[in-house]
Amino acid sequence: MSTNEFYSLRVNGRTHQVQDSWIGESLLYVLRERLGLPGTKGACEQGECGSCTVLMDDAAVCSCLVMAATAIHSEIVTVEGITTETTLTDVQQNFVNEGAVQCGFCTPGLIVAVHHLLEKNPNPTELEVKEAISGNICRCTGYGRVFAAVEATIRSRNSEK
Amino acid sequence: MAPSSTVTKSRDVLGTNALRPDGAQKVQGSFEFTSDMHAENMLWGATLRSPHPYARIVSIDTSAALALSGVKCVITASDVPGKLTYGLISSDQPVFAHEFVRYMGEPVAAVAADHPETCRRALALIKVAYEVLKPLTNPEDAISGSHDPIHPDGNVIRHQRIIRGDQAATGAVVVEGEYVIGMQDQAFLGLEAALAIPDPDGLGVHLHVATQWLHEDLSQISACLGLPAEKVRLTLGGVGGAFGAREDISLQVHCCLLALKTGRPIKMQYSREESFFGHVHRHPASIFMRHHADLNGKIIKIDARFVFDGGAYTSTSPAVLINGITHTQGPYKCDNATVDGYAVRTNNPPCGAMRGFGVVQACFAHESQMDKIAAAVGKSPVEIRLINAMATGDPLITGQIMESVAPVARCITETDAIPLPPSLDVNADELELPGGSGLTSSQSNIVRGIGWGVSMKNLMYSEGFDDFATARCTLKDGVASLKFATSEVGQGFVTLAPQIARSVLGVDDVLIEPIDTEIGSAGSTSASRQTWMSGGAVDGACRLVRERLFHHVGKIHNIDPLRLVIEGTDVVDQMGTFRISVADASDGIEISETFEHHHRKTDELDEHGQGNCHTAFAFVAHRAVVDVDPDLGLVKVVQIATAQDVGRVLNPLSAIGQLEGGIAQGLGLAVMEEIVMKDGKVRNPSFTDYLLPTALDAPDVVAVMIEEYEPQAPLGAKGIGEPPCISVTPAIVAAIRNATGKAIERIPVRPQDICL
Repeated sequence: MSTNEFYSLRVNGRTHQVQDSWIGESLLYVLRERLGLPGTKGACEQGECGSCTVLMDDAAVCSCLVMAATAIHSEIVTVEGITTETTLTDVQQNFVNEGAVQCGFCTPGLIVAVHHLLEKNPNPTELEVKEAISGNICRCTGYGRVFAAVEATIRSRNSEK
Repeated sequence: MAPSSTVTKSRDVLGTNALRPDGAQKVQGSFEFTSDMHAENMLWGATLRSPHPYARIVSIDTSAALALSGVKCVITASDVPGKLTYGLISSDQPVFAHEFVRYMGEPVAAVAADHPETCRRALALIKVAYEVLKPLTNPEDAISGSHDPIHPDGNVIRHQRIIRGDQAATGAVVVEGEYVIGMQDQAFLGLEAALAIPDPDGLGVHLHVATQWLHEDLSQISACLGLPAEKVRLTLGGVGGAFGAREDISLQVHCCLLALKTGRPIKMQYSREESFFGHVHRHPASIFMRHHADLNGKIIKIDARFVFDGGAYTSTSPAVLINGITHTQGPYKCDNATVDGYAVRTNNPPCGAMRGFGVVQACFAHESQMDKIAAAVGKSPVEIRLINAMATGDPLITGQIMESVAPVARCITETDAIPLPPSLDVNADELELPGGSGLTSSQSNIVRGIGWGVSMKNLMYSEGFDDFATARCTLKDGVASLKFATSEVGQGFVTLAPQIARSVLGVDDVLIEPIDTEIGSAGSTSASRQTWMSGGAVDGACRLVRERLFHHVGKIHNIDPLRLVIEGTDVVDQMGTFRISVADASDGIEISETFEHHHRKTDELDEHGQGNCHTAFAFVAHRAVVDVDPDLGLVKVVQIATAQDVGRVLNPLSAIGQLEGGIAQGLGLAVMEEIVMKDGKVRNPSFTDYLLPTALDAPDVVAVMIEEYEPQAPLGAKGIGEPPCISVTPAIVAAIRNATGKAIERIPVRPQDICL
């Protein structure tokens, strides 16, 4: 592969140099294979399953559908950048506590999607939650425990107010 | 390495909501799935697949691919040093096609190169000349012999009859149907992936792989590589779901061959499209059933004929067939039966294991029949099922006596007691209507229906297979280490195993050692078997360690070890006042024991399908409530009520996750999921065209766990993985029939099956 593209990406608040890249590489591939951020998962390559969800300029996008080289002016947040703390966020902790994690392959995408949802809409209805994560396929849980994790987060955030 | 961590959360014993030890890593994105693995100097591997369902290979020219910059090697069938074929039951599937390709997507060659894109370009440069042949795609042509054999082993993979009781028995009521089940995909999220690292001397290989059964992979891989088993080592990489699709070999042999040939680590990872071709699917099936019943609705005799389309290679088709036909009666009493079953070879994609394993197909047929009997004798779906409900001690149509706890009637009545959902709100959002975000249904058109499904499922392997699991427990300084080769695919054995150790040994800290082939086999993570089998092995190993700990404590403190018990985290003299913590008692010593758990022996079926072929059974009832738009053929599953026979709940959180997850997969088969075939070609190998249930498709699940301790099970618990996805499918279809009056006999139910 002739790989000679050089550019930089802003990911999780840091500037990363992308070196010797092939110009056709997706943002998903560059995050995983070039920037050492494998938390973002690939599972369909067509933007159908949401496993590769990242935030790009505060919009939740499927990184498999974004060419990395087009993201040079964007702020990107991956699951690794959801928190700078070493402890889990409330969303992450509730995913564990409520049994929303089985194989865990869809989990990073769901974590990003749920954080994004609750940031935009701190009190979503049940239906709004379902709609917001309907782009994230989970094959293990049947979603019941995922809903429970989101509800637990909303409840605890409201009780802290 | 993936599933390995210290658990320090205290007293997460059996019966509690112990949390996954890998949970924190998984929510942070730091859990290492196989596809996340890297090695120094690594190359990428990729597979060239046949575009034809059936063709003769005239020639393969790899020279242009080899000449491409970045390509390190290209391999074909002639590069396989050992056995040219593999297979779980019959070794009839080529590592690479030679002479013939027998299904669309069959591997023909593989390449290793410096970049995935280089691999793709190299594959495009391999010139394969095919002489295209007429594919065998209709399973009936395989049975009738109207098509020449497409494989040296012939077109019938297995034929088995069950002849039971009075063959001339008849009933006042006779109902029948011809049921069709489409091809479902497991659609795990974590695509097939492996990393093969050749030994420095080039004489062996270490494979990190996402699989369900490390030891079975090992024996098949080493045979194909022509290497002694000890030269091939397997370590479980992080697995992103399985559901049966990782029981067969996919990329394992290819990846090892490329690594040995190049002398460099090779990573292989399928795309979603390739995954649809790279693993076996749920068997499509045609099932004819005729039930004779008396005027009360009691089953007198069942006649049935099963045809399972096994696709091009055997995989587990013989076992799927036996599971299907031996579950003809479902969870109901039946004294007389005539069953004829075929698993056949065609040029369709190979089919094998998927959650439910042959029973899903049988259940759709027998549950559709139960509703027909109910209608014929004027009973409700609940009444007809209670009249016929099986109980412990009843004979099956194989002559085997039902020895498992069999709370069939309780499953039904407890499901029936679950409140129905409220009727559709007149102001319901479009998203809650059939069709969802398509915004196509209007409230005035929607009809509600209710339907039932009840199932029986065998647990563990059958037909005489010695299905054992191995585990080692090491106690040192108050910490227990557990070693096993049990594949953690998401089901939660890594949560359960420490719970067992804490309960038996009174420890809090439990370490799970790397899951690999450095210990005896655990068997496959399938057939709802690991809680029973590997759970039994961990339990046994921990008990042996505990016995030695008691001897050690007894000797030091001069107490008869038989008086010692574990109480909480202490060793306690139950006839005195002595008490010492397990941590102190094990300070400075190391006790290690290995245990193999074997379940009771099973037998093969005789020519009349008679024999004690199964180990144990579990039962479940499902009631579905659906909203249907009959004009548009759209369905929304509103609620699933279920009561499942689980033996004993070992972890409520894990258990409900299995039930809800299985229900979603059964919903998928009922109304969404099908690999669409035309002339042997797969038409929808993508998540754009193969639709999976989303959060908006998920019904409300109301579940009851029926806990009746199973004395045969080491922990009293039955396997719970498969039952949830079995009878939910016929329940949903019955609800659609109830709403529409349509006699639907095919799954998945498509819009045209409802509205045309």
